[in-house]
Parts: sequence; structure tokens; C-alpha cells
Amino acid sequence: MASKKTPEINGGSMADISFLMLIFFLMVTTMDSEIGLARRLPPMPDKNQKVEDLKVNRRNIMDLKINSRDGVMAGNKIITSEQQLEDLVVEFLTNPANSETLPSKKVEFIEGFGDYAVSEGVISVQNDRSTTYSKYIEVQNVLVKALNRIRDDFSRANWGKDYINLTEDQQSIVRKAIPNKISESEPKDVTKKK
Amino acid sequence: MAKFARKDKGGTPTISTASLPDIVFMILMFFMVSTSMRQTDRLVNVTLPQASEVTKLERKDLSSYIYIGTPTSQYQARFGNDARIQLNDSFKTIEDIRDFVAAEREALSESDRQLMTISLKIDEDTRMGIVTDVKQELRRCSALKIMYAARKKVVTAY
Repeated sequence: MASKKTPEINGGSMADISFLMLIFFLMVTTMDSEIGLARRLPPMPDKNQKVEDLKVNRRNIMDLKINSRDGVMAGNKIITSEQQLEDLVVEFLTNPANSETLPSKKVEFIEGFGDYAVSEGVISVQNDRSTTYSKYIEVQNVLVKALNRIRDDFSRANWGKDYINLTEDQQSIVRKAIPNKISESEPKDVTKKK
Repeated sequence: MAKFARKDKGGTPTISTASLPDIVFMILMFFMVSTSMRQTDRLVNVTLPQASEVTKLERKDLSSYIYIGTPTSQYQARFGNDARIQLNDSFKTIEDIRDFVAAEREALSESDRQLMTISLKIDEDTRMGIVTDVKQELRRCSALKIMYAARKKVVTAY
């Protein structure tokens, strides 16, 4: 039986074809990585519902204000550096010395962990309409950084590991013990118009 | 006279290009894996702000994008150089966000609708006024999961 050998296919144009595909992909795709600061907006208050001021104790709120010239003020202090703000926020949320002027704590039962005194502090960020976005993100970033620091400290004290290395259950315990209390408050102009 | 015969005719031997397709395919694969399809043309200039504590967006397919920034140079004659909102492929106003969110939500399956995330790609020089307006409108449409898109901060260690 004389079998006819199939002729070999010329692979010389393979490079051209793949170059063509490569260029196509270079044109139509983007390389932006989707990273950022995730936030949850508070739901819009019901219109029928009366606007009642949440009765939050004065000591439990930290007002963080950014004015039109990108100046930052936390509580009554003028903030000059990121580190200062971070330390201030950490101190506010942990209240290590149980000071009277810093947020109160409420003992709550956390499943799988036991009783823990959860801080009731809330940070309210207010900005002006002409604050730059980069400053706003910078402040938001510091707040997240401070929160991560407290969570890491808590995790290390209890499990000897960073928050990110904990199991899912342990992470949820940490999240309950140290809740994210950054409120995106109703917008208002911080800088008073004269 | 002695004759010096040269063995070959000079010139460098040709390089085998047999592995060229393989190399190009490798680059192609890299790009296919590491990039994503471009969905819209950018009409506004967006330089994202830097942040160090960034998290990754979990589900890229469930996210919609709102761009805010100054129009690119070819549009500045028509739209000025004030910060504008871009939804899909055109300049829009605050009022259009409601329809945009509704349409994006409609495109998702029933179970995924709660997970829809609005990624805000906002230029770092934008003033907060327009950002606040957008945020208020998003609250009104109850699209509450948002993400401030940012760049990873380059930390220089000393």
C-alpha cells in the first residue's frame, strides 16, 4: 500500500499571524488594575421620616473637617502630617486610658470570642465643595490605615498573626470587635461663606 | 602564487526564526491574561489619586464606571475645561446617573444586583463639589457599594 505522505504545512507565516493578534490585543485591552478604597454609602434617609439627630454622645464623635484650602482639622486640632492624624484616630478609636473625653466602650458578646469592650466612637468626615479630591482620598486613606493598624494590633495580641493572615471566622470576630465606623456624613460646607 | 580559497562565501549565517512564533505567542498569552477589554473610550483626563491601603475589586464584571475629570484636549473646545462626568461613551450630567445606574443594574442577573459596585474614577485635581453631588445621586438610586479607584502608593524605603 503506497501511502502518500501529507505535505508539511509551512509554518513561516505563523509569526506574522501571532504578531497580528498581539497587536490587536495591545490595541483593545487596558491594563488598569482595579484597585481602590471600597466604601459603603449610607442609605438615603426616608422622606417621611423625621430628621432626628442621632443622639450620639459628644465624646463619641470625631469631626474631621477638610476646608477649601485642603487644611485638615480633627476634633479641635489642626493636622499637619499624616502620621499625626493616624495616631490621633488610633487613640480615638482605642481609648487606651479609658479617658472621659474619648469614646465610651460598650461590652458586647462576640460569638466565638467572648465579651469585648467595643468602642462606640464614630468618625465623621466633612469636606468643602472646593476641597480637592486628592486630599479627600488622602484623609480617607489615613483612616483606613489607622483602622488596619488597630485590627492588626488586636489580631496580634490574640492570635499572634496579622489580620490578613487570619482565618475567615477570626477575621469576622476582629471586624465585630473593631467595627468600621467612618461615616460619610451629609455634605455641608465647612468653610463658612461671609 | 598561492591561492587562498575561502571556504564559504562570507556573510553571517541566517538566524533560525523557527522559534519566533513561540516567543510572540508567549507575549500574546501574557497580554491576554494580564489585561482586560477596554470598554469605553476615555473622554476625560483621569489621573487617579494615590493611596496605600487599597483593596482589589472582587468582581470586575459586576462593576460600572463613572469617570470624572477635565475633558481631553479635543473636547475642550466644546465642553470647556471644567470637570465633567463621563458615563459609557459620552458626557453626561448628574441627572443622567439615575438612568445609568438603572440600566447597569438591569444588565445584571437578579442575584448579582446587590453586589453591583460603582467604581468612581475621579481625577485627583477635581473639586469635591461634583463628587459630593454624584455621591448624593448614587445614594438616591440606592447604589451604595462604591469604590474610589486609586493608584497604589509607591513607598520609598530608606
